[in-house]
Amino acid sequence: MQNRISPFLISILCIGIAVLYIPMLVLIGYSFNASALVSVWGGFSTTWYTQLVRNDQILDAAWLSLKIGVVVSTGALILGTLAAIALVRFKRFRGRLLLTGMVNAPLVMPEIITGITQLLLFISMLQLFGWPHRGFTTIVIAHIAFCSAYVTITVQSRLFSADRSLEEAAMDLGAGPVRAFIDTTLPAIAPALASSWLLSFTLSLDDLVISSFVSGPGASTLPMVIFSKVKLGVSPDVNALASLIICLVGVCVLFTGYLMRRTEQRRVLDAQMAEL
Amino acid sequence: MTQGITQQVPAPNAPRAIGSGWFERHGKWFIILPPLLFLLIFFLIPFAFAFTISFADTAVRVPPFTDILTVSPDWHIHITLNLGNFKYLFTDEVYGLAYFYSLKTAFFSTLICLALGYPMALGLARTSKSTQSILLLIIILPFWTSFLLRVYALEGIIRETGLLNTALLWLGVIDHPLKIMRTTYAVYAGIVYSYLPFMVLPLFATLEKLDHSLLEAAGDLGSPPWRAFLDVTLPLSVPGIIAGSMLVFIPAIGEFVIPTLLGGPNNLMIGRVLWDEFFGNRDWPVASAVAIAFLVLLVGPIALYQHYSTKQLES
Repeated sequence: MQNRISPFLISILCIGIAVLYIPMLVLIGYSFNASALVSVWGGFSTTWYTQLVRNDQILDAAWLSLKIGVVVSTGALILGTLAAIALVRFKRFRGRLLLTGMVNAPLVMPEIITGITQLLLFISMLQLFGWPHRGFTTIVIAHIAFCSAYVTITVQSRLFSADRSLEEAAMDLGAGPVRAFIDTTLPAIAPALASSWLLSFTLSLDDLVISSFVSGPGASTLPMVIFSKVKLGVSPDVNALASLIICLVGVCVLFTGYLMRRTEQRRVLDAQMAEL
Repeated sequence: MTQGITQQVPAPNAPRAIGSGWFERHGKWFIILPPLLFLLIFFLIPFAFAFTISFADTAVRVPPFTDILTVSPDWHIHITLNLGNFKYLFTDEVYGLAYFYSLKTAFFSTLICLALGYPMALGLARTSKSTQSILLLIIILPFWTSFLLRVYALEGIIRETGLLNTALLWLGVIDHPLKIMRTTYAVYAGIVYSYLPFMVLPLFATLEKLDHSLLEAAGDLGSPPWRAFLDVTLPLSVPGIIAGSMLVFIPAIGEFVIPTLLGGPNNLMIGRVLWDEFFGNRDWPVASAVAIAFLVLLVGPIALYQHYSTKQLES
């Protein structure tokens, strides 16, 4: 039974994967189209890529998005990990239910609602305290709020399965709880931390709806610029930009996946060696 | 091996030989409070603001709405509640239609996702462990790449001169190109394409844990495979079906990018109405009221999702 898999299931699996990938592959193919007309193939060319480098609007937006992404993913990693530790390690505390709810809600809350409500908060705060001005700061805060939820979910499941006996051993040997955690459990959850940092980074880099709401004049992130171009139809320079982003993200994810797998294998190997 | 040894070690529940100072007792708040306060201020409290502003009136000023709470010079506090925004939602049929249309679109997209995603997850669960991890990576990878760009990429397939029409014309299946772009079908295609991984992953998580001996037992007792599927696999995968469906259904209702880029002028989903009310009409109180009403609609599905996903996490 274990290895019996019907041809029907295999074909659906293949169709599903094809559906996921064909549009992106076609897009990458079109990005090398010399013709500015999307329906005509005018031969191979890298014109659109060279035009991209000269487009200041896109470069500025990309730089802003990267800056936001780094700050957001670092902030979300810290807050999300703290929330995960709180939820896994402290079984009872005041506000536990509230924290659980707030950690899970952003995953299913439509972005458009989160965006509107956060903008209304920022506007009211600006009126009351004179801070924060809409732009970099507000985008960062809004992104951290939803990215930290993803971090918590990822780290939480890893913490659940992490072996606590090493940490307890360290504490029995006289280490304080913080020290014991840093020396034993932190290395064990490191792959989850790395992947959730990366996940936050890509989520932040990709967000259009929340950024559009909380951003102010002059602060346009890359998705905002792409969206305003794409609304008018297919444009060849967006094809080039999209291909670049898709390939870059793909390579990054595959490489991290490979690294995580290798460290995981090494950890298992070390554990086996230690027992011999 | 590892498990066998660690299990023999009794969990040291004995009190630790460290002083029970202030830090020992209250130290945990250093971990709990930062995320709790941050999410409280920047995620939960904003909903209270939206709720309040939904009772305000539009005004020509910055920000463009009136104050709910005013204090007159003689220290009388006046609360002005304007229920007109909510009344407006019921009288102007655009909102009712948009809510209905969003629910309908999300519902059918979820069904299509389930029809495609269930066999995928089942196939995935039955492949060998080594192929499984590779296939899983292949299915997750699109989730990491830009959502906006994937929706955009879909346009290259379904537009009149796109790959789908070119292929069908070449094969002789159709005589003239199908009009998919700017129709409801394009919105369905966009949602299914973007949210398929969200359906497959929770389904796979439940199907993977399924006890194969149950299926074997059903087979031994004379059940044909389809019967065993209906009696064993399907009922046991209900939590995965619900979790996956909600992960598609909930964000699909509020979808803005897909109906804007792929849909036509008739595809007025609630996300689009909200966006236009906010950026086009600059009517923030009505937009807040739409958002609050939308949120009320979502409470049921979200509660359902939370219930089944925590159940899955615990098992």
